Parts: sequence; structure tokens; C-alpha cells
Amino acid sequence: MNKIYLVIKREYLSRVKKKSFIIMTLLAPVFLAGIIIVPAWLMSRETTDVKKIAVVGEGARLFQGKIPSTKSLKFDYLADANPEEMKKDFKEQGYFGVLLISPKVTYIPTAVQLYSQKQPTMEVTSYISNSLEKEIERKKLEAYKINDLDKIMKEVESDVKVQTILISDMGEEKKTSTGLAMGIAYVSGLMIYMLTFIFGAQVMRGVIEEKTSRIVEVLISSVKPFQLMMGKILGIALVGLTQFILWIVLTLVIIGFAQAALLPDMKVNPGQNQVVESIMAGTDEATAEQIQATQPQLNELQSLLQSVKSMNWFLIIGAFIIYFLGGYLLYASLFAAVGSAVDNETDTQQFMMPITIPLLLGLFVSMSAFQNPDSSIVYWCSFIPFTSPMVMMARIPFGVPAWELIVSIVILLLSFLGTAWMAAKIYRTGILMYGKKPTYKEMFKWLRYKNY
Amino acid sequence: MGYFDARDIVKQYSNHLALDKVSISVPRGSIYGLLGPNGAGKTTLIRIINQITAPDSGSIMFRGKKLQPEDIAKIGYLPEERGLYKKMKVGEQALYLAQLKGLPRQEALKRLKKWFKKFEIEAWWNKKVEELSKGMQQKVQFIVTVLHEPKLLIFDEPFSGFDPINAALLKKEIHKIRKKGTTIIFSTHDMASVEELCDHITLIDNSRTLIEGPIDKIRNDYSSSRYEIIFEGNVNLLTASLSHYYKIVENQSENGQTKLTVDIMQNIATNDVLQILLQAGQINSFNKVIPSMNDIFIKVVEDANMKEKQPAS
Repeated sequence: MNKIYLVIKREYLSRVKKKSFIIMTLLAPVFLAGIIIVPAWLMSRETTDVKKIAVVGEGARLFQGKIPSTKSLKFDYLADANPEEMKKDFKEQGYFGVLLISPKVTYIPTAVQLYSQKQPTMEVTSYISNSLEKEIERKKLEAYKINDLDKIMKEVESDVKVQTILISDMGEEKKTSTGLAMGIAYVSGLMIYMLTFIFGAQVMRGVIEEKTSRIVEVLISSVKPFQLMMGKILGIALVGLTQFILWIVLTLVIIGFAQAALLPDMKVNPGQNQVVESIMAGTDEATAEQIQATQPQLNELQSLLQSVKSMNWFLIIGAFIIYFLGGYLLYASLFAAVGSAVDNETDTQQFMMPITIPLLLGLFVSMSAFQNPDSSIVYWCSFIPFTSPMVMMARIPFGVPAWELIVSIVILLLSFLGTAWMAAKIYRTGILMYGKKPTYKEMFKWLRYKNY
Repeated sequence: MGYFDARDIVKQYSNHLALDKVSISVPRGSIYGLLGPNGAGKTTLIRIINQITAPDSGSIMFRGKKLQPEDIAKIGYLPEERGLYKKMKVGEQALYLAQLKGLPRQEALKRLKKWFKKFEIEAWWNKKVEELSKGMQQKVQFIVTVLHEPKLLIFDEPFSGFDPINAALLKKEIHKIRKKGTTIIFSTHDMASVEELCDHITLIDNSRTLIEGPIDKIRNDYSSSRYEIIFEGNVNLLTASLSHYYKIVENQSENGQTKLTVDIMQNIATNDVLQILLQAGQINSFNKVIPSMNDIFIKVVEDANMKEKQPAS
């Protein structure tokens, strides 16, 4: 036991002290935090950058003021300007683009054109078409000469958003977000796949290194091959855990700092800001619509925040660590067996197949799980040990009965003991074999050697 | 009963028999040579002694008791195919390997410092192994092998890769260790170092023991009735008149001195030959030719191969 501890210590320290480990541990959170913080930062900057769009053409008078300006978009209605000339020198006049509206737009949907030098975003085009559609609908309704049309319009305007609420066995109700559950399922399935592969391959490379550097014979005259193999697997597992925990902590720290430095106004919701502003400016028709437009967004954000709070993070992170370790241990012993059977890394490809296929299968099923978490293939794959780490993690955000979770974890751990026992038999023979690459048949024979 | 006894060791691999009832008996404090051509089964036997693999049958006794897993702390092993972690620092690595053999950290550190000083390699302590030459790495490996002061040391081709100066340094250290009472098993192809170091040998070929015993006895057993005579005088007289006493194998004359190598016929006493020689001239030396281990090795292995072929044809 003392020797296994020595092996674990060496495997752990020699990896944690490596420059590549330190760099990866520091860079990945910067990258991860960047993914989260940069779009938010850009969004907050974009709003200060106002795009001016000139509305020209015969339709300009018809739709005068009907496309309300927003924080980032300003519309100038130049009914008298020559559209052809405007198209030539809109840039000089400080416009982002020229919106040419023909009066025919009421019956020809494509009678509106936006000319610009840069590709306008979806947001811009859909904002314009939404505004125009609304106005055209109103005009068409007006043609029916209905009294109190404005009032009716206000009254019929409706907004529907489905809220998902889970009822637990105890009858507790919980607001959830399907989007969030899908996100967690997707990310954790993918993470387990990647981590298993990265650290499993490290085990394999470590075994090959010991074999090619010929230190292995020195080592196994002091420790049992099983101790050497398990020491390596457990040492690298600790490296994986260390890296994972450091990633989470560092990412949170960086996001915290970046938020404080770059987005001091993040705490005040931009949506709320807008509402406050428009109320201050007085509620004319245009801004009233604008509030309407931003209101659903606001609700969505709030409900998302609420469902973030409602997720059982303790369960998710706990299960993630258990499944990551279980899946890693299961696959790492297979990786160790493959490493022991070959002399160099290029020879591993043939033996990698039986490892890669179940791993990939697990990933694919987990990807389908977040769309349909109750299908029978997802259900069964969340028990099969070779796929369960990824698939069960994808199911957990949608709710899994406790007994299923326990059964799945027990199966996983028992299978780990099984594969470790098998791998150890291949390993102890393989590490002393040099030269010819063994066949599957030979490896099967090694399994049955009694006296190794 | 020796200090280390292996009896009737059989080891069968899936497609060949590696050891067929091989026995060795290593006397306490001796240097025991384990000889044999490539693929004879030496490495398998050494791995069994180190408990890296287990024999199919046969018994192994160490210091009068059955060999136990705990005994690995009392055995030091320098394998033929040896290496170190390339990316690890020399000192750190030596410390790790010593601890694996059961030495406490502080004690290992103390002994390592002493050995590094003795071999004048203190400057390497913080170097990575990959920065060292092969010979330098071998020195470190030797230190690691003997550091825990094992009762039984096993060296497999210890001198391969060493320059003559370092090989001599190593031989000196091996002699010192032996004087302290350590028993050494020594496997090699280098017959010169066998004659120099070993006092007992076993020759294994084709998974079987061919000869075993004290080296002096074996050399005597294999010495034929061959003598080397150096004398000054009439060569022709000698060769002509005495042809029924001996057969001349080699005849060299230089500066009036003649060196004759002869095989004396059976039933003829050396004294009779000497008496006749005395009349032929001035004798400078008369020596029995003791075969070198190299000759014995080749002869024994070739004879065994001949026997192997005969029943088949």
C-alpha cells in the first residue's frame, strides 16, 4: 500500500509540475471566461454605437416614424431625397445604410431594400421587417373602418410563454428552464467525453514511456505490476480532479474580476434601463411599443436566473465528479492495457478502436438525450457502464429517480473492478514484451496465464 | 545447501519452453556467473529470482527459507534492458527508486549523497536524465541498484555501455560489495569478466543447465592433455623421434626460440615427455594449457547442439 502511494505521488507531482499542465490550467479558464464575458462586453459596447439608417423612396412618407428608433438604431425619414444619389453618398453623410421602401410593399413583400456596405445583422433586418409588418397590418385593418381600432389593437395584443414546472414526488413545485437543462446536459456529456479521453490517453502514454525507456523492469523488481498500474491510474485521476477544480475556481474568479472591470453597469439590467429611460421620456406611441418589445426579454432573463437557482447544483456537480471518476477509471485501465501491449504510440491505433467506439457511442447518445431524455436507448445506455457516465449526466438535469442513479453508479464501479482486473493481467505480461505487436488472440492468451 | 537455491525450475510460455528443470545453487558470498547464449533462458530465470514472473514448478529458497514477496527489499537487480524516466531529475528519480525498495526518505537521501560523491557525480543531481550520456545513466542505475544494501545482487550485463575506465571503477565497487558479504549473481556474455570476477558458474543453453560448479574445477575438467612448451634447441629431432608421444598442434619458431603446443597421447606421463625433451635442448617453460571460459563456452554449447541434432537425423 505504501508503494502504491509512492507511485501515485510520483505520477501526480511529475505531471502537476510540468509547464504544460500549469499553462493549460491557467489558459483554459482565461479562454472559458473569455467565451462568457466577451459577448456580454461586446453587447454592452454595441449599444453605445448608434447605426443611422436613411429611409428613402416613395414609401418613406407613408411609413414616416413607423419604424421607431432604438438605442442602437436611428431612422431618418428623407422622403424628398433622391434614392439613387443617397445610395452613392450615404457613407459620407454618416449613414450605416439606406432603406428603400416602395409603396407596393403592402402587397409585394419584397418591395423593401436595405443598402449598406457592411452586412447588417439579423437583429437589424428583423427589427425593420417586424415594424413594417405591424404598420401594414394596422393600415389594412384601418381599411375596414372599425371604431376604436387602437384600443382594440392594444387589447388583442398578447404574449405567450410556456413556463415549465417540475413536480417532485413530494409534491414540491420547481420552475425550470428546458434550455438550461439542455445546456447542462450537453456540456457535461461533452466534458466527460473529453476528460476521459485526455486523461485516459495520458495513462496510455505513461505506460508506453515506461516501457520504451526500459525503466519498467527496474520498477517491477520493486513493486507489483498491479501497484504500478493502479498508482499511475489513480495519480492521473488526481491530476484530472486538480485541473478540473482549478478550472472552475479560476474561471469564476476571472469572470468576477472581468465583470467588475469591464461591465460596471452589468448589475443594472440593460432591459430595465431602457424601460426607465422611456418612462422618463414620456410614453408616446413608439416608446410604448418598445417597452412591449423588451418586456418578454426581461421576463425570460428573470426566469432563467430563477431556474439557475432552482437547479440542484449540488447533485449535478457531485454526480459529475462521480461519473467523471468512474468513467475515467473504467477507460483508463483499458488504456493502460493497450499501452502495455505496444512499443510505441503509432501501434496503438488498432487497439484504440474498441475503446473509442463505446466512448463515441456514449457521446452521441448523450447528445440525443438532451432532446429526448426519456427514450429507451437513452434509458438503457445510462446503465451500461461504458456509456453511462456521459448519458446519465445528460439525463440528470431533467430529473432521474434516485434508485436509477444508485444502480447506474454501482454498475459503473463494479465494471471498473472487472476491467482493472482484466487490464492488470494483460499489463503484467505486456510490459515485458518487446518487438512484435501482439494480436488480439495473443492478448486473450495473456489474460489466461496463471503464473504471469 | 546454498545461500540461494533454485531447484528444478520449469517455465512454459505459450509457444516455447523457457526453462526445463534448471537448478542453481549460489554459495554465500560468492560471485555466481550465469552464462549462456542469447535466448537460453537466463533472463527468464533472473525474472523468476526477482519474482517478476512466477515459475510453473520448482522451488526457490533464499537464506534457507522459501522466497517471499518481502524479500525483494533484500535483492538488488540491474536488468540488461535498463532505463530511467527521461524527463525526471536524476536525484529525485534515484530517491524515488530507493523509496520503492523500502528505504525511508531521509536514509535514502543520506546514502545517495555519499554514493554521488564517490562517483563524482554530485553535479548531476538536478539534471534531467535525458541530458546525461548513456554511460552516465548507467552509473546512476548502478547506484540505485546497490543503494539499499541488498543481501543478494543480480547484475545482468553490467558492463555493456561502459568505457574501460568506468568498467574498472564498477568492478572495483563490485569487489568491495562482495567483501562486505553480499552474494552476487552475474549474467554476461563477456567471458573475460567471468574469469576475472566469478567463482561459480552455471551455463544454460536451450532452457537446460549444461554445466554447473566452481569455475576452477570446470576449467580443470575441460582441460585436455594439452601443453605448451617453449625451448631452444633442435626442433627437427624432437618432432621426428617423439611423434608417438604427442601430437603437435602448433609449431612456432622465433629468434631461436620454439613454441610448441602439443597434445600428449593417452597413457603417457608428462614426466616421460619431459625427460625426452630435456635431451633435445634448453627448456624455458612447460605449461598445462587451461582452457579459457570462452573456449569452454563454445565447446559445451556446440557439443550440446550436435547432440540435439543427432537423434533427429
